Amino acid sequence: MKRQEVNSPIAIEAKGLVKRFGTNAAVDGVDLSIPKGSVYGFLGPNGAGKTTTIRILATLLEPSSGSASILGLDLKRDAHHIRGKISLTGQFASVDEDLTGLENLVMVARLLGFSWKEAKKRAMELLTAFGLKEAARQQVKNYSGGMRRRLDVAASIVVAPEILFLDEPTTGLDPRSRNQVWDIIRTLAESGTTVLLTTQYLDEADQLAERIAVIDEGKIIAEGTSRELKASVGAGALSIQFSDEGSRIKGERLIKQRLPAVLQSQPDAASLTVRTSHANEGITVLDILAQAGIEVIDFSFGNPTLDEVFLALTGEAAGDKNKKEGIK
Amino acid sequence: MKTPVSSISTTAQESLRDSIAREKKQDRRAGALSASVTFGWRALLKIKHVPEQLFDVTAFPIIFLLMFTYLFGGAIAGSTGDYLQFLLPGILVMTVTMITMYTGMDLNKDIVKGVFDRFRTLPIWRPALLVGALAVDMVRYSMAAFIMISLGLLLGFRPEGGTVGVLAAVALLLVFSFSFSWIWTALGIMMRSEKSLMMISMMFLFPLTFVSNVFVDPATLPSWLHGFVEWNPISLLVTAIRGLMHGSASIEDIGWVLLVSMLLTAVFAPLTMYLFRHKR
Repeated sequence: MKRQEVNSPIAIEAKGLVKRFGTNAAVDGVDLSIPKGSVYGFLGPNGAGKTTTIRILATLLEPSSGSASILGLDLKRDAHHIRGKISLTGQFASVDEDLTGLENLVMVARLLGFSWKEAKKRAMELLTAFGLKEAARQQVKNYSGGMRRRLDVAASIVVAPEILFLDEPTTGLDPRSRNQVWDIIRTLAESGTTVLLTTQYLDEADQLAERIAVIDEGKIIAEGTSRELKASVGAGALSIQFSDEGSRIKGERLIKQRLPAVLQSQPDAASLTVRTSHANEGITVLDILAQAGIEVIDFSFGNPTLDEVFLALTGEAAGDKNKKEGIK
Repeated sequence: MKTPVSSISTTAQESLRDSIAREKKQDRRAGALSASVTFGWRALLKIKHVPEQLFDVTAFPIIFLLMFTYLFGGAIAGSTGDYLQFLLPGILVMTVTMITMYTGMDLNKDIVKGVFDRFRTLPIWRPALLVGALAVDMVRYSMAAFIMISLGLLLGFRPEGGTVGVLAAVALLLVFSFSFSWIWTALGIMMRSEKSLMMISMMFLFPLTFVSNVFVDPATLPSWLHGFVEWNPISLLVTAIRGLMHGSASIEDIGWVLLVSMLLTAVFAPLTMYLFRHKR
């Protein structure tokens, strides 16, 4: 254990971080307090300010105003010192495509003060651990998205950092590669690295992060565990498929009479979505329908999606926002 | 934390855990020299993996020399042989200053691709990235010079300054190119894309190299252009190099080039490093 770790249980602390690009505030007053040894998720749509925030915290950008400390070190004054304790895996692979996987890792190891021999040994060790041994001598431009991402993470832990910043670590990956990256992140967290990751998917934040901050238009609009966040949106949504439109209308009327639940009509006239604050409410709804003798062809109970969290928190769907602002 | 439903095998996870545990949380970092050497090594690897990029220091000089010698020789100097004595030092300067812009383009590519972010989050002496790359560029410039002078000798170039004069000329050219490169590194960080950087460099390089004494004696130019050509840094360099190769350079000629080089470095190296630190 290092001295500073004993001194401060907080990995990242930020107060009123603002970053303006021209007149547009990409980050607009972010406060954070992230404990050591946790996985913390930034959840939000494209253009919400996730990347900008992470780049500020990783010493790549200076905030327009506000302050932050990383492991008790001031972001402005001790940036160089902080760089010795953190790693960043950017949104677009931060590796050299012209070089081979092995060369990339040897380069990073050399820059961290390994001798040529040590560097090569460490590189091979990591390539093996990340399942890239066979591809060690191939140029990275020939890697698949998943391989590239794993190499990128490997480069970040040539010397395991105290804090690892991961900007959308699984965007664009197939499910298998995504699971591999998730496993790597979990293993890292278990070994004591604090991980700060950004994601557009509630599912991913849910799977990995102990605490999640929802970011929209540069502001944190909600913060908590994934359970708390979901509770704030309602437990989920019950989708019901009726036999025909008539049954749907009848069912809808009955549910409205008996429950305060929010009903959403669907494009298909014979189906209905009931947003519930509690899973038990879903059972009650089905019970009401069964007792009234209304035939239910199919039903499913789903967790809230990012879209729904957003809808609940901002009154605007995340998907619409992406469309409006264009994908950045 | 959720119970991991593992997609990588248990042994893989163990080896991962081991490899994490093995190198932990030391404030390890390379010294300035070692970091520069590593970045130089990276530049050499890029040449190995993308050998096409040597075109600019091999094919380019050959084409330029042949093209301009035979195109202008008869018209300007009466014979290609006489013109070569005049042209070779100039065309050498033109070729090498043109390829200095690749340093900026490589840097720009690093930024666009994202690897620049990794370098910037490493606890290293930041100029190392550029120093390493520039050092390898010196090798590339020397190659271009070697190829051009060898071809020149075959075609009948006879430097009166002898071997010493030619080597001194190449050394001076390298000093100037090193300082000139900092303009492109600064622009390389500022520009959004390789394309825009290329356009800006061309806008700058074409007038600078053509409106100079590379091809013709400035005495033949209209007087309003004369002033520009005379103080164009490329002209100063060409005068010194021509002088060194033919054994007629004055201390003053060389002094001007060294002064310009110093000024360029003093302005553009700190500017580059400033932009490097404050890049978005």
